[in-house]
Amino acid sequence: MLTYAAQRLGGSLLVLLIMSFVIYGLIGLMPGDPIDLMIQADPDLTPQDQKRLKELYGLDKPLLERYGNWLWGALQGDFGYSRLFAAPVLEVLWPRLINTLLLLVPAFLLSVALALPLGIVAATRPQSGVDNAINLFAFAGISVPPFWLAILLIMLFAVSLGWLPAGGMGGGPDAGPWETARYLILPVIALALSRVGGITRYVRSSMMESLRQDYVRTARAKGLSRRRVLVNHALRNALIPVVTILALDMGMLVSGALITETVFGWLGMGKTIYDAVLGNDYNLALMGLLFATALTLLANLIADLAYAWLDPRVSYR
Amino acid sequence: MTQARETTLAAGSGQALEPSGAPLTVFWRRFRRHRLAFASLILLGVLAAASASAPLIEAATELSATRVDLLDRNQGPSLAHLLGTDELGRDLMLRLLYGGQVSLGVGFAAALIAAVIGTVIGLVAGYFGGRFDALLMRFTDGVIALPLLPLLIVLAAIDLSKLGLAAQSGDVASIYRIIGLIALVGWTQTARLVRAATLSMKTRPFVTAAHALGAGNLRIMAVHLLPNVASPIIVATTLSIGNIILLESVLSFLGLGIQPPMASWGNMLTNAQELIYSAPMLAVWPGLLIFVTVMAFNFVGDGFQDALDPRSGERGA
Repeated sequence: MLTYAAQRLGGSLLVLLIMSFVIYGLIGLMPGDPIDLMIQADPDLTPQDQKRLKELYGLDKPLLERYGNWLWGALQGDFGYSRLFAAPVLEVLWPRLINTLLLLVPAFLLSVALALPLGIVAATRPQSGVDNAINLFAFAGISVPPFWLAILLIMLFAVSLGWLPAGGMGGGPDAGPWETARYLILPVIALALSRVGGITRYVRSSMMESLRQDYVRTARAKGLSRRRVLVNHALRNALIPVVTILALDMGMLVSGALITETVFGWLGMGKTIYDAVLGNDYNLALMGLLFATALTLLANLIADLAYAWLDPRVSYR
Repeated sequence: MTQARETTLAAGSGQALEPSGAPLTVFWRRFRRHRLAFASLILLGVLAAASASAPLIEAATELSATRVDLLDRNQGPSLAHLLGTDELGRDLMLRLLYGGQVSLGVGFAAALIAAVIGTVIGLVAGYFGGRFDALLMRFTDGVIALPLLPLLIVLAAIDLSKLGLAAQSGDVASIYRIIGLIALVGWTQTARLVRAATLSMKTRPFVTAAHALGAGNLRIMAVHLLPNVASPIIVATTLSIGNIILLESVLSFLGLGIQPPMASWGNMLTNAQELIYSAPMLAVWPGLLIFVTVMAFNFVGDGFQDALDPRSGERGA
């Protein structure tokens, strides 16, 4: 198991390294470069100055060499400065990573808490009215544009009813946790609702698959109660593939967070990446994307290990 | 003689839709039994026809989707403007129809390209198997697990002239660009389904027979396997259109997809958020159309799946 964990960790780090190069290359393809921005800010710069600056910052070197220099600096903890915030990139990103986790974790838990019972109920009464209703709900969930859902929630709960704030982070330095939580409610619901349909469908099909298995028939034949068969035999096995889909869903969840944060003005990673790309903040965009990638890779790693731990049939070599 | 027999074999395996030999009629009868899917197909037909007729409506009436009339802003529904006007006084219904042309067109085009990419990858991986398969599928899983939206935002921002491509601008360029971007990430599901189908098909006797008759790899893949994996391709492509329309709407909403003044359902919602108080209906209509269209494509895909593979009825939703 430990060897397996170490191997998977190594694999994830390798993917992260590859992605860092891909993202570095892509960021370099964005319009302009830092010197162009300096030129815009200072018309007195002569072409000689430009050339000198490009040499000074190493922008005249080939891509691989520039990437190598960046990586060397990054490994020593130097991730560069953010242009928009005039601060070291990590100083900008840490609080925003926390903000994103404040949004992601409750949304994730809420979507799973909704999807599990819905999927199980639908699977145990296939083709019934309840099943059809849950199916319709799940279809609606995967079909609704997430930003529109967010706008509708704002219209209902912030504009019409006036119960909750329409967006922003809320509160000054002396705002209590309840004040922050009030600003979180709508974004969390919006993000969770946009994910719950897909998970419900997956729980339902996994549960149905598991209910068809021989061991479920054996358990019933032994005379176990319906409840025991469902929970101890069917559900436990049905959850194993669900863990995988939840991990794969992390990428979608991070994508969803970007939309939710942008609509609600929640200062998380997603909004930071979006603002950094639009504002030509190369260092910030690069590190933001790497953080987002690392977050999803970490979720996948945890799911892989959980899978191997939950399902003894998986051989970890 | 050999030639003739091979053609017969090929023709025999070409009955892709119904293994039992009955062709399209059985498929159609099965599909029509799925009432929701059938109704969705009709609805999509009506939407497509209405969108296509937008220029005719514009020519036949006084309405215009482009003429700005600041004295006529944010009007409610009236006889002159059936759905009212937008924040610049343009007729909302016409803009929605033109937006429909873009959203449906981009959806179809990107889904087709993604289907081709996914089919080639899935077919090649499934047919050759072994390390090649493992490598391609790891790559596919990697693409699925990544936080795609943040990466797409960078991809949407890159400057094509830095790649040595001619930098185009204007309406048509933004459409091509978004079709390419979305196709680049939209092929994964098709690849996985086609691979799975190819894996089971390549062990069938008719493939062995084709081998024995001296058919090359390319010929076996194109002539013998491709028609037999048509079902998963059709289902995956139909289901992916919905996702692709969603993705287009998200990117356009964020200002990185279809650029105004060209209308798309996504970019019509960009300003709507600021107008929630003054003109809430502007935020409702485009989102509703995206929602209904995506849901209809999902129902149709579901219906196709049931009609093409009756056994999947219990598993899918």
